[in-house]
Parts: sequence; C-alpha cells; structure tokens
Amino acid sequence: MPEKHLSTQFDAELTHVSSQVMEMGGLVESQIRQAIYSLSQFNMDAAAQVSAKEVRVNAMELEIDHALSSIIARRQPTARDLRLLMAISKTTANLERVGDEAEKIARMVRSIIQSGAPRSLPSMELRVAADLASGLLNKALDAFARLDVTAAVAILKEDDLIDLEFDGFVRKLVTYMMEDPRTISPSLDLLFVAKAIERIGDHAKNIAEFIIYVVKGEDVRHSSMEKIEAVVR
Amino acid sequence: MPATPVVEKTKIAVKDLNFFYGKFHALKGINMEIPENKVTAFIGPSGCGKSTLLRIFNRMFELYPEQRAEGQILLDGENLLTSKEDVALLRAKVGMVFQKPTPFPMSIYDNIAFGVKLFEKLNTTDMEERVEWALRKSALWGEVKDKLHQSGSSLSGGQQQRLCIARGIAIKPEVLLLDEPCSALDPISTAKVEELIVELKDDNTVVIVTHNMQQAARCSDYTAYMYLGDLMEFGATEQMFFKPTRKETEDYITGRFG
Repeated sequence: MPEKHLSTQFDAELTHVSSQVMEMGGLVESQIRQAIYSLSQFNMDAAAQVSAKEVRVNAMELEIDHALSSIIARRQPTARDLRLLMAISKTTANLERVGDEAEKIARMVRSIIQSGAPRSLPSMELRVAADLASGLLNKALDAFARLDVTAAVAILKEDDLIDLEFDGFVRKLVTYMMEDPRTISPSLDLLFVAKAIERIGDHAKNIAEFIIYVVKGEDVRHSSMEKIEAVVR
Repeated sequence: MPATPVVEKTKIAVKDLNFFYGKFHALKGINMEIPENKVTAFIGPSGCGKSTLLRIFNRMFELYPEQRAEGQILLDGENLLTSKEDVALLRAKVGMVFQKPTPFPMSIYDNIAFGVKLFEKLNTTDMEERVEWALRKSALWGEVKDKLHQSGSSLSGGQQQRLCIARGIAIKPEVLLLDEPCSALDPISTAKVEELIVELKDDNTVVIVTHNMQQAARCSDYTAYMYLGDLMEFGATEQMFFKPTRKETEDYITGRFG
C-alpha cells in the first residue's frame, strides 16, 4: 500500500500482517526446496526436516488469521483494504496447503526409499516440474509483496506448463509400471509426488488471482485468460 | 460526471444545481437522481456541502436571505425551487430530522400531534392511533406508552431523537431528510434508529447525511461522496464500499484522506 492511512497504527498493523505472510511464504518455500532435495537425492534426513517445519507453518496460519480478525474487528476496513485482508486470508490458506503438499512429497519419498528400489524410477524427470512449481510460488509471493498484476498474469500462464509436465510424466510412469509390475507400488508413490507438485503450481496460481482481486477489485477465479487480460488491461 | 445508478424510479432529480452562501460557491453543478423508496446516504468531510444539499431539498435555506440556489430540484418532476407551493406544504412532503434532538416544549403526545393537526383534521381516536403508529414505527412506543403526557424533554437523548423521527413521519411525508441523526446517540439508540431507517423506506424515500461511513454502509442503498462542493461519486452502496470508481472516493472511505 503506497499511500498512508490517517491512522499510522492501521498502517503498522497492515504492514505487520503482510510481513507475516511473507515469512510464512519463505518457510513454505524452504519446505518445498527440502522436499525436492529429498526427492532427487533420496535423502531421509531432508524428508524429515520438511515434516518438522509443518508445525511452524500451521502455527503461522493461525497467527495470521488472528491478526486479520483483529484488524477487521477494530478497523472495519473497506474497499482496497478490505480486499487486501480477504486476499491475505486466502493466500495464507493456500500457503498452508502448499506446506501440506511438501509434507506429502517428503512422506512419499520416505516410502519409496523404504521400498528399496528408488534408483530404477524416473524420479529425476520430476525435477523439472518441481523446479517450475517452486519457482512459480516464489514469483507469486514476490508479486504479492509488490501487488504486481502484470507478474500475476504471467504466473497464471506459466501454471499451464506445469500441468503439461504432469500429463507427460503420468504417461511415462504408466510405461514403467507396465514393463515391470514390481515398480507399481513405488510408482504410485511417485505419482502422488507428481500430483503434489502440480497442486503447488495451482496454489501459486490462486495467489496470483488474489493479487488481481486486490488491485483491480475483480474476482478472476474461474475466468478465461481473455477475461483476465481484459480486467488487467 | 458521476455515474448515476440505474434506479427504478426517481423521486428527486437534481439538475445543474449551484448554491451560494453570499459569494461563496458551496455546491458546484450537482446532477443526480435520488431513487424512490430507497435510502440514499451522503458522505464526505466537513464543509463538503452534503448538509447544504439536504437543506435545499425542503427549501430550508430560504430562511437565510444571503443564500441562493440556482438550477433545478425536481420532486416528482416538479421544480421545487420555483414552485408556488406553500413551503409548509413542501416540508410536510419532505420532512427533516436534525442532528440534535429538538423536541417541542410540550408533552410526548403533543410533540407528534402538533404537526399532524396542521395538515389533517383527525378525531381523537384517529389521532391517538396516528400517535401510536408513529411511536411504534420509531421503536419508541414501548418506552413511552405509559407517559405520553409527560414532557418530551424528559426523555433521554436517544429517545428524544426517536421522538423527532416519530414527529417527522407522523405527517406521512414522502421524503425524509436525516441530517446526522445519530451523532449524539449511544450505540443502542443508533442501532434502533438505523433499523428504523431501513424500515422507513417501504413508505418513504430516505436521504441521510452522515459522518459515520459505517452507518452509510450499514443502512443505505446508494451512497454519494461529496468533496468541496462537488459530487465526486454516486453509486450503489455495496460498490462504493467495495470498489469505488474514483481514487478520491477510495482514499476517503479507507481513511487515507488528508
């Protein structure tokens, strides 16, 4: 928010809650990075660390929701302020879900390691999609901090790439399972990993939609790209 | 200029209205249509002209010789600024409630009956019914029904204000102008008056001037934002408080005005 309120306390509260969202975003990003590392290296310790961070992420979601309720109760925000608080609430919920997806990846990696045949699977090929998804979330948080709608639209388009990667990977996984039925169980774990990565991209996309909502006052969820571009223009 | 909301039926149309306090140009080319059976709220900082505009709607400004209005105010299509109609009859049609409670120095009953007697010849039973109706409508009946013949000024501030509203609606005006009706009231009285405002629109067109933006948000259908004698924006209340069109409006309602 570039312009200041008459109430400096209100500004301080908004700044504080925005920085809490960024802190939570940073935490979730580090969860994803560790989840990806645990996947590419089949590293049990890294997988365990993802799960450990989950507690802090959940606590932050509660803290931010509490701060938002307090601001709404005390300030009766309107217009852009109201939209910002709504968007923060939804962004926080999405971040928490991203944390859950990272945790899910870590859990699947542990299961694959325990199954004993990790190297024979095409897990490295997930690396591309995983980096895309992680990068997308990073861009979404960055765009949210700057309320940059142009960047938000770019994120919406980029999410389609992750979806394509996901479809390609599923086809590949199917051929592995047909060739060697013994890989079916770990392959299914890997499928859940791929799905979790795809979901992370979706959450980044949701966050990008909230940026447009704050700045333009238009709810562009479930809208076509043509409509979104018309709103942003 | 400011978009006028799509309205079902216009009760008051303001056309090219300019208003002067002596040489001071207080309202600058106002154009707007106030819809019938809706609550229209005027918000804006002190001195923006919102109360001035309200006082033109029932020609209250004519009490002061140095004040002058140019343009048209069409009440049901008739320009009330040039109308030959008796101003008392106009004010029976366009009633007003002021910021501070102004009970007459008479009983609660007579406070209400007084105005009615000027315009209607009612027998005692009809008059009693009318007084009760007005007091019930203003959510005051339960509190005063056993002391109708006590002085109006014996009531609390909130009760006095509701008495003034009862007095205003007793003569069944078509339009009710409320100038900061709750600024001297506690939250419970305010809530009762706001409840009343929403009920009133079934029979009346209500125009309210308020400094309390949340009040405008709570009880109006349309909101007009005024600044320095200009009508900056006029639209559906929901839109005005969620996504106003003009940046000036947004700055004001979000408290960035300064």
